Amino acid sequence: MATIRALQQPGWLKLTTGGLLGLWLLIAAFPILWIAVMSVKVPLDAFAASPWDVIAGPQTLAAGKGITWADVLLTLILLGGTWVVATGPLPRLVRRASPQGWTGLGWLVGAGLLGAAFWFAATAALPALSGAINRTLGLEPLFGFTWEHYRAVWVENAFWRNFVNSLQVTLGVTAISLTCGTLAGYALARSGAWIAFAILIVALIFRALPHSVLVTGYLPVFINSAEILRPLLGDSAPTLYGQPLAVIAVLVAINQPFTIWMLRSFFQSIPAELDEAARVDGCTHFQAFRHVIMPVMWPGIITTGLFSFLLGYNDFLVTSLLLDQSNMTMVPAISGYFNRETTTTDQVEAVAAAVSITAPLFLLVMIFQRQIVSGLTAGAVKG
Amino acid sequence: MRARTFAWFIAPSVVMMLVFIAFPLVSVFWQSFTLTQPVTQAVQVETCTPGFLGQTCVTETKIQPVIGEDGRVLTETSFVGWQNYANVAEPARAWAAITSLDFAGLMQIDFWRALRFTLSFTFITLPLVLGVGLALALAVNSVTRSLRGPVIFVTLLPFIITPVIGALAIRWLFVGDGILTRAMEAYTGTDISMFAQGWTIEILMMFYRVWHVAPFAFVIFYAGLQSVNQDAVEAALIDGATRVQRIRYIIVPHLMPLIVFVALIHLMDAYRVFEEVIGFRSEAYVISLQYLTYDFLTPDGTGTRAVNRASASSMLTMIGIVILLIPLLRHTWRQHRGSR
Repeated sequence: MATIRALQQPGWLKLTTGGLLGLWLLIAAFPILWIAVMSVKVPLDAFAASPWDVIAGPQTLAAGKGITWADVLLTLILLGGTWVVATGPLPRLVRRASPQGWTGLGWLVGAGLLGAAFWFAATAALPALSGAINRTLGLEPLFGFTWEHYRAVWVENAFWRNFVNSLQVTLGVTAISLTCGTLAGYALARSGAWIAFAILIVALIFRALPHSVLVTGYLPVFINSAEILRPLLGDSAPTLYGQPLAVIAVLVAINQPFTIWMLRSFFQSIPAELDEAARVDGCTHFQAFRHVIMPVMWPGIITTGLFSFLLGYNDFLVTSLLLDQSNMTMVPAISGYFNRETTTTDQVEAVAAAVSITAPLFLLVMIFQRQIVSGLTAGAVKG
Repeated sequence: MRARTFAWFIAPSVVMMLVFIAFPLVSVFWQSFTLTQPVTQAVQVETCTPGFLGQTCVTETKIQPVIGEDGRVLTETSFVGWQNYANVAEPARAWAAITSLDFAGLMQIDFWRALRFTLSFTFITLPLVLGVGLALALAVNSVTRSLRGPVIFVTLLPFIITPVIGALAIRWLFVGDGILTRAMEAYTGTDISMFAQGWTIEILMMFYRVWHVAPFAFVIFYAGLQSVNQDAVEAALIDGATRVQRIRYIIVPHLMPLIVFVALIHLMDAYRVFEEVIGFRSEAYVISLQYLTYDFLTPDGTGTRAVNRASASSMLTMIGIVILLIPLLRHTWRQHRGSR
């Protein structure tokens, strides 16, 4: 496409745009990068007065915790190598090796293997190699750097348990949301009945409800659910309060209005002739949906699934009120840190926990960035 | 699609919403007019202390909760009418404050304080989010193609970050000895503490919200910009329209449905501002409507949750969002009628 010269920006405007964009990128990334830097320093450095001290970490260095440029170089090589493998050979291998119709499983196995290899390289091979290089070359540490806060959070405070709970809730929410949502979204997209529109409008109103309103409705029922359900279920009636499954159901319901709106607009962008053709060939509605429509819906599913994932993963209000201490997810668990944030060590541990929560999301954007943008282009915006 | 098939497809989703959204709404409505409290009884208790010649005995009447057969405190639920609402909104006190033009007095009442903050938060961040999102979309759209990927990646980061964590990240930059507070102190030469008064916290909260939501607006607008009719832009150019005019008369009208969409979503989300209060730990200075309900629901010192009062404040919160949304819903309805 030829751009017209008059449409191009003049020099001064280009400069201003570039400058403002640069400023935005700085504002967007700085808080996240900064807490990542803080989390690997001893408290004195993390809250030092000079920003250079926070970055270089002299106190951390003085405590004998630092990394040399060889460490930095090797880490970068490892990260870069992983990225290259993940984007190049891995997809090809998965596509070639996985049997017909099992590509999803192939991806899981592939990603699992790569993750395991990365874990081995990062925890065993890399330290050994860099240690050897540092010894032979006699390198002095350059930056203060320590994993101690992460170790304290994950191992000593058993944050991994919260991680498992988070994983459980998030995956449950995503899977159930998408299953219910695709069915409903498809029907709503293909039906012109007034009730379809009424459901959409009601869903829109439900989307607006503050979550605390709903939680107020559940709380007494969930706490007393054993007594309420006893006439129905006998003595096996469960107390729903504190059950991850109950929280999953609640979050799925909260998420359902957005999911069906979004998926409906994706389904609308798929021509109805496609399922009509399948119906002529003798498919039932469900078969047409399952074998003809779903295969072309993946971009929409991924985008919507991502939003469900974010809702489940990021939720604070519902999980903190409906789960008890023993099965807290990560985000409400972190409030435990800042309630006893009395010493600076506690503060830096809270920072480390915060970074730990952010890391998976970072990875997610890296993998699905293109889907988010193109998915929103294709679907959601038409609703 | 026949009605039967339609019903089967739609059933899981609708049942989910009925059980977990419609039912709690009904239950909140009911709870807001009732009061559940332990059944108490007056018991005559005689306490005797051994004395020199005889015992001194005191008989007093104590109020005690009744313990049921299963060993738990019996509760009873009674209909109390508007009592819970009155407890939350304190209309008499509020009216007295309003009639005497005593704004500070009105702000003493938690509900009105929360309402004031929630509304100002919503309406101040709305134009900022739309403006920043649009500016970002236009800027990224004019950048060379190869740079767009990394720029979009960084831009999406604030959007996907967990709200509580994002708020914390910004809090740590400004907290007592945080790096940016130090920088401001060095620049102005005065002592600054960002978390010692309400208005600085409010500014930080709004900054956080714009930082968090502008990327969403950006992605939507950026997607919309890809389908701008280039012929119209060229025609405007030939007619001598300046850059600003082209944006004003071609691009913004093209994006209008998307702007309404983002505004709608933002209105809903900003009205339920909550995570900021947790992340910035501002409850002593600034609270929001949703935080008020949350606060009623968290167990207090004796382990009781003020569920009925929470229900009343939930109902009031809900009425507020419905009022805010009526114009937009009418707009959608008319569009739907028009498109048929």
